[in-house]
Amino acid sequence: MTDAAILFDLLLAGSVIALAIASLTVRDMFAAIVLFVIFGLLSALAWVRLSAPDVALAEAAIGTGVTGALLLKTLHHLRYVTGKLGEGPARGLTPTAPVPAGVIWANAAFCGMITLGLALAFLGAPRSGPGFDALVAEAMPASGVDHPVTAVLLNFRAYDTLMEVVVLLAAVIAVWQIERGLSDAPAPALGEVWQGFARLTLPAIVVVGTYLLWKGSEAPGGAFQGGAVLAAVGLLLLLSRIYVPQPAHRGLARWAFVLGAGAFAGVALLVSGGGRVAFEYPAEHAYALILLIEGLVTISIAVTLAALFHGREPVAAPVPEGRNDT
Amino acid sequence: MTPDLIYGLTGIAVFAIGLVGALCAQDRLRRVLALKLCSVGAGFVLVVAAWRSPPADPDPVPHALVITGIVVMVSATAVALALIRRLQTLEAEDDDD
Amino acid sequence: MPDLVAFISAVLIAAGAVFFIAGTVGLLRFPDTYCRLHALTKADGLGLALIALGIALTASSFGEVFRIALIWFFVAVASATGGHLIATYARRVDRAEGKEGS
Repeated sequence: MTDAAILFDLLLAGSVIALAIASLTVRDMFAAIVLFVIFGLLSALAWVRLSAPDVALAEAAIGTGVTGALLLKTLHHLRYVTGKLGEGPARGLTPTAPVPAGVIWANAAFCGMITLGLALAFLGAPRSGPGFDALVAEAMPASGVDHPVTAVLLNFRAYDTLMEVVVLLAAVIAVWQIERGLSDAPAPALGEVWQGFARLTLPAIVVVGTYLLWKGSEAPGGAFQGGAVLAAVGLLLLLSRIYVPQPAHRGLARWAFVLGAGAFAGVALLVSGGGRVAFEYPAEHAYALILLIEGLVTISIAVTLAALFHGREPVAAPVPEGRNDT
Repeated sequence: MTPDLIYGLTGIAVFAIGLVGALCAQDRLRRVLALKLCSVGAGFVLVVAAWRSPPADPDPVPHALVITGIVVMVSATAVALALIRRLQTLEAEDDDD
Repeated sequence: MPDLVAFISAVLIAAGAVFFIAGTVGLLRFPDTYCRLHALTKADGLGLALIALGIALTASSFGEVFRIALIWFFVAVASATGGHLIATYARRVDRAEGKEGS
């Protein structure tokens, strides 16, 4: 039994490494992104094998799904601007000057040293040593939830999670600033079959996302996984043109971006009175407070990720023909 | 041979591949891809650090750290991709003039 | 009796894996996009159904069977839609290139 499992591990590890190499060496950028998506899904499978289903869900939904969609969207944009629809690496991306051999060798030596150091450190470090498991197990009854990872994310190390929500907020602000005032590249028409697919899957995705959020207090799942799944609703709506972003909706979108970080920080400050520190939830309300934060953060994450996918602030007069025609 | 050894070395290998790619790739989009590979490699090492042989439960703290890392990485990727798109648009305009 | 169920389940999963291998060989060896799509959608559709059936046999509750069925349904719908989109795109590229070439 163990031998078969180890064989599986070796095959999976080999595939992951091969896919990582392939996604950086294959010529066509579209193929590179597809290989990267497969790489991410297989990594998630490896993490399930290492009994980390929460991380695997987050990697599959956010690290692979949303990131893959962002990469494909950018590739489409680059090819549209460059005016080349077919295959081949997008032109205009590659600097023309060849890299001197000395630089390549210096890079190789540097990477080799770093890797060697990492490998030695990893092999030398005591594995399966005592970590935070005992501390977390001891504090679990006071956390308000039954799932250790959720307890760590929303209670014991809530500052980290607050920071992460703020980083997401900063990212969407930056993206809106970078592409300020630009009009949209026309999205390809995806046709009837896609519309039907969107109508069929939209309700199911909403149910799955909400389920993941709700289930997060006792089993793998939670705000980030649920939020990423709900962001897929936004992607489907945008791709199928059921929802076209309007300039008038910018105010609402801004509120949605800030909602998660604001609610998180607000709850932290509200519970901090009366001799408690921030994030020290009163035990009898811990579950309700965590669920409240998670729910609002999930909405915020879903809207923010969908906005990151759309990429730019909707502008007042979208010109259907791009500015590059003249 | 145990899963933690196998996947730990896999993580380091993936990190190394990503590092080489980030330094040597000429294509901007591929450099972003390479950095993402680095972050997955780091995630592997952290998840391995949390692993305990099966009857015991894994350590939840590194798991939470990796989830945070994944969300931070998607934010960084989105900003990098927006910068790439903007640069490309500006270069295309320069070429037209 | 449990042995028989486990055996049937193993046979189904192995048969599904064979279809996946056939689909992968087709993806790697077939000459153009349409043939590859044919290999992928046919072989993987059946392979996934067989594996889902095999796993469903060993499920402990009705809820699990229901979830496996849902997963199968949505993966099948998504792969059909994806295949359709890829084929449409490939045809558009072919036409555009054909016009450019002539």
